[in-house]
Amino acid sequence: MNLKRIRAIAKKEFKHLFRDIRMLLILLLFPVFLLGIFGYAVNFDVHHIKIVVYDEENSSISKEFINSLTKSTYFDLVGYINNDSQIREILDGKKAQSVVVIPKNFSKDFYSKQETKIQFLIDGVDGNTANIIQFYSTAATQSLNAKLTTEVLSRAGTKSFVPIDLRPIFWFNPDLKSTRFFIPGLIAMILIITAAVSVSLSLVREKERGTIEQINVSSIKSSELLIGKTLPYVLLALVNAAMILIAGYILFDVVVKGSYPLLFLSTLIFLIASTSIGILVSVVSDSQQVAFSIATMVTMLPSFILSGFVFPIESMPAIIQVITNITPAKFFINVLRAIVLRGVGVFAIWDQLLYLILYASILLGAAILIYSKKEAKS
Amino acid sequence: MKTIIHIIRKEFLQFKRDPKMFGIILIAPIIQLIFLGYAATLDLNTVHTIFYDQDKTTTSRNFIEEFKSSGFFQIDHYADNYEDVQTYIEKGKSLVAIVIPKDFEKKINRRETTQLQAIFNGSDGNSASIAAGYIAAITTTFSKQIVKDFIDVSGRKISTVGKISAETRVWYNPELKTRNFMVPAIVGLLVSIVTLILTSLAVVKEKEIGTLEQLIVTPIRPLQLIIGKLVPFLILGFVSVTIVIVAMNIIFGIHVRGSVVFLFFSSFLYILSTLGLGLFVSTVSKTQQQAMMIAIFAVMMPMIYLSGFAFPVENMPTIIQYISYVIPLKYFITIIRGVILKGNGFVQHWFDATMLLTMGILILFFSALRFRKRLE
Repeated sequence: MNLKRIRAIAKKEFKHLFRDIRMLLILLLFPVFLLGIFGYAVNFDVHHIKIVVYDEENSSISKEFINSLTKSTYFDLVGYINNDSQIREILDGKKAQSVVVIPKNFSKDFYSKQETKIQFLIDGVDGNTANIIQFYSTAATQSLNAKLTTEVLSRAGTKSFVPIDLRPIFWFNPDLKSTRFFIPGLIAMILIITAAVSVSLSLVREKERGTIEQINVSSIKSSELLIGKTLPYVLLALVNAAMILIAGYILFDVVVKGSYPLLFLSTLIFLIASTSIGILVSVVSDSQQVAFSIATMVTMLPSFILSGFVFPIESMPAIIQVITNITPAKFFINVLRAIVLRGVGVFAIWDQLLYLILYASILLGAAILIYSKKEAKS
Repeated sequence: MKTIIHIIRKEFLQFKRDPKMFGIILIAPIIQLIFLGYAATLDLNTVHTIFYDQDKTTTSRNFIEEFKSSGFFQIDHYADNYEDVQTYIEKGKSLVAIVIPKDFEKKINRRETTQLQAIFNGSDGNSASIAAGYIAAITTTFSKQIVKDFIDVSGRKISTVGKISAETRVWYNPELKTRNFMVPAIVGLLVSIVTLILTSLAVVKEKEIGTLEQLIVTPIRPLQLIIGKLVPFLILGFVSVTIVIVAMNIIFGIHVRGSVVFLFFSSFLYILSTLGLGLFVSTVSKTQQQAMMIAIFAVMMPMIYLSGFAFPVENMPTIIQYISYVIPLKYFITIIRGVILKGNGFVQHWFDATMLLTMGILILFFSALRFRKRLE
């Protein structure tokens, strides 16, 4: 390998990049802009659950319960109904997420020492949200139960006994906001797409236009060509990464708790891995259309769904868990969350970095191998 | 009419000549559906837990046993000190550490309240809050059992007061599986990707190669050219909708509960807007590279994030919710989920369908206008 030749290729590629200003602006500004909008969109924090109440009893207790529900920010009362048949209409039409049914003999049953049930009918289409609604509903009912029980018991002169008082403590994220958990994933996804897709086109374009022949007949080796082609894009993506992290800090208060040099190093390794996907795609495809389709297929959805960005990898079936290794975003997200959110040092993430290096070398190696074979054939 | 058919035939010939592309269009969506369908789940089946039992008595062991037998908790480790707890949580190995205090059994026997600590790795807020729900449920049951045992021993009647409990019933998706929510939406997403990319590239490619010039000098009228270019992609879009819905049925056992006719009708309305967007992208870009980047960043990414595909629109800030109103995929996903999971039809979704139709026509009209101007 000859450093001079690599530099020459890189320089040529830079010139290409700067000639197309529109493209350069898209590559530089869009990622930050997207982070700004999507950062606000990515969260699972369920508030303002729309409820409709069917109060069959209309007593002071039932009213008090409804009041206590709507006083919190978790539930928003959007209406009342007065018969069963309307429930289906409301849930089918997505007018409310849950219908609360308070039975006829609600307070009478309770004061005559019987068990009475408040029904919550929940729209389960979104299983995750439904799960959380279920949790809030049960908690609200339990606190009503505890309150009334204490009242009844104190009138009788005894005290209620709660054996275990559960005290949950949430480290790293005390108010359980999901946004900060998702921002690293969003960063990884934006970076991998920018890096992989832009590189994947660079080589194919030369193939389509025929300029690749000229390069082939020159004395440049395939490894030099591929590395030279990658470098400018890695640099560009690095600028991108810095801008995104600054935007994350300004807009979403994502403070980097760990060390900056470590963050820089891991970002660099990740970007090399991402661009190597692009290079491999570029080598195997003959037209920009094919290259682009493959590049989006292997980066966009997998980095969203298989990387652990949104969906926890531990919950996936075993085979899929193995397959998640196809996206370098998985490792980078682990690293980012560790450095940015938990502020841990290299001891917790060295294995992830190693995977990334391995990943990049396998892909780059394959690309160089396939390319030199193709060249030899022609 | 004849000219249009000729252009359509030409487009299909081009497809046939590029077998790699053909494979990508037809097979890739199925492969993706399989992977993504299995992977896209937020269900928390295993909570990685460590216990720090300072008490080590029969009661504390019984308590731990409750967690083991629930099936949701996998105990990774029994810690001996807080440092141990800290390492496990910091490394992200375990989601929660439950600390049982020293006088756990003693206090319970004396009928005093004992405090139980649960330390979560809160960085994944969603998983942490679901796990907290599980732990609260187990603790409550355990507490109730203790109280009941006491009352039994002292020989009094079990219920001294009445009780109010919540009865939650989940409709449409009783097992609360995220997959049922995600897979139909993936259908919508894949269809958008296929139709949008193909359209935007097909036109720019002719521009770049220079064959567009040749088409312009022929007596073909711009409108004919647009229709002839778009119809093949409309057909391909329908083919991929069909393939993906059949695959969804076979692989995941998710049946379409509502009207299939309405589902296809709304797919048609939706594809109108993706084709329009594709055409629009092709008019604003000079090279295929530009077209691709614009297609990804300006159209596809907003579709993924703002359509309610994974992140519920209801959770977003109000301003972002307004932005989501201009995303056609939002309406299409609402329809797909309603028809497939709830068995809804036109009655519940007339508004979404109307929105799709309006947006489709508007987008298509304006991009066609722009495209025509460029040609002339």
